[in-house]
Amino acid sequence: MEQEWPLWEVFIRSKNGLHHKHVGSLHATDAAMALTNARDVYTRRNEGVSIWVVPSTAIVASDPGTAEAYFEPAADKVYRHPTFFEVPDAVKHM
Amino acid sequence: MVPYLLQLADNALILGHRLSEWCGHAPELETDIALANLALDLTGQARSLYQHAAELEGEGRTEDDLAYLRDASAFRHVLLVEQPNQDFAYTIVRQFIFDHFQHLLYTELLRSKDDWLRDFAARVIKEVRYHLPFSTSWLVRLGDGTPLSHQKTEQALTDLWPFSKELFHASPADLEAAHLGIGPDLDWMARLFEDATGPDLISAGLTPPTTDWFPKGGKTGIHSEHLGPLLAEMQFLPRAYPGCSW
Repeated sequence: MEQEWPLWEVFIRSKNGLHHKHVGSLHATDAAMALTNARDVYTRRNEGVSIWVVPSTAIVASDPGTAEAYFEPAADKVYRHPTFFEVPDAVKHM
Repeated sequence: MVPYLLQLADNALILGHRLSEWCGHAPELETDIALANLALDLTGQARSLYQHAAELEGEGRTEDDLAYLRDASAFRHVLLVEQPNQDFAYTIVRQFIFDHFQHLLYTELLRSKDDWLRDFAARVIKEVRYHLPFSTSWLVRLGDGTPLSHQKTEQALTDLWPFSKELFHASPADLEAAHLGIGPDLDWMARLFEDATGPDLISAGLTPPTTDWFPKGGKTGIHSEHLGPLLAEMQFLPRAYPGCSW
């Protein structure tokens, strides 16, 4: 019966020099259609200068169940942030 | 000049309205948005053309007067664009024919002797360069798809292809524009159209009908029975509430 089109993840670069950012997903039968669908769905209001589309199945995601083990230990390690250095006056743009 | 501009504008407005009828009804969400984008591009083209035509006309009419307060017999678009959507295959075939036509037309208008038309063509041809691959890829996908999609697309092509000939059947406004060097020679464009559409139709596995007969009259205000209901819906608001704003 009715089969759903495969899912794609869409990444848009909003300006030259900036990185591509995930903006959402969409359905399309193939890569070419995914690109035009992304253009139509996500760049109608001047949002971008470049689009990447990636099959959702190609994305390997971390398991929410492992979040505790993966991310929480970093929370109490302030010394990993370089906030204890005195910045010399001569250094600009830090 | 004004009749020529109205022809271009009416083609864009009426097809834009037809496409807008898909809004909320297209086969897929993504396709729905794509068709709405197309509709908005065409409506935008029509607005620019009406504004310019109204200015040249100098009778105090506005773009809205031209779009919403003219009766069916005053519209100068080709019969193709008022044909009903029927199904997605019909809509794609109609769009394929029209996009090829506009692509050739605006390419020619880049060399128009009229400054305004040249600038306009340079701006909107960028839109058409997106529209054409869109409708062509769908034509190939449907024509070269399943037996059912092929059959529906072939049927749509059989029914709509004759309408394509009216695009190249010169009206008095077309002849005047060509004579003044502001518009293209339509006989020449008809040959370009054949060359441009041929390979796409082959890729789609479709054969256009070979009949010489074709429906015409749109460019001189003689329209099919489909225009009345379309205008009734499109013009309802400004006619029922003259001068209303929000």
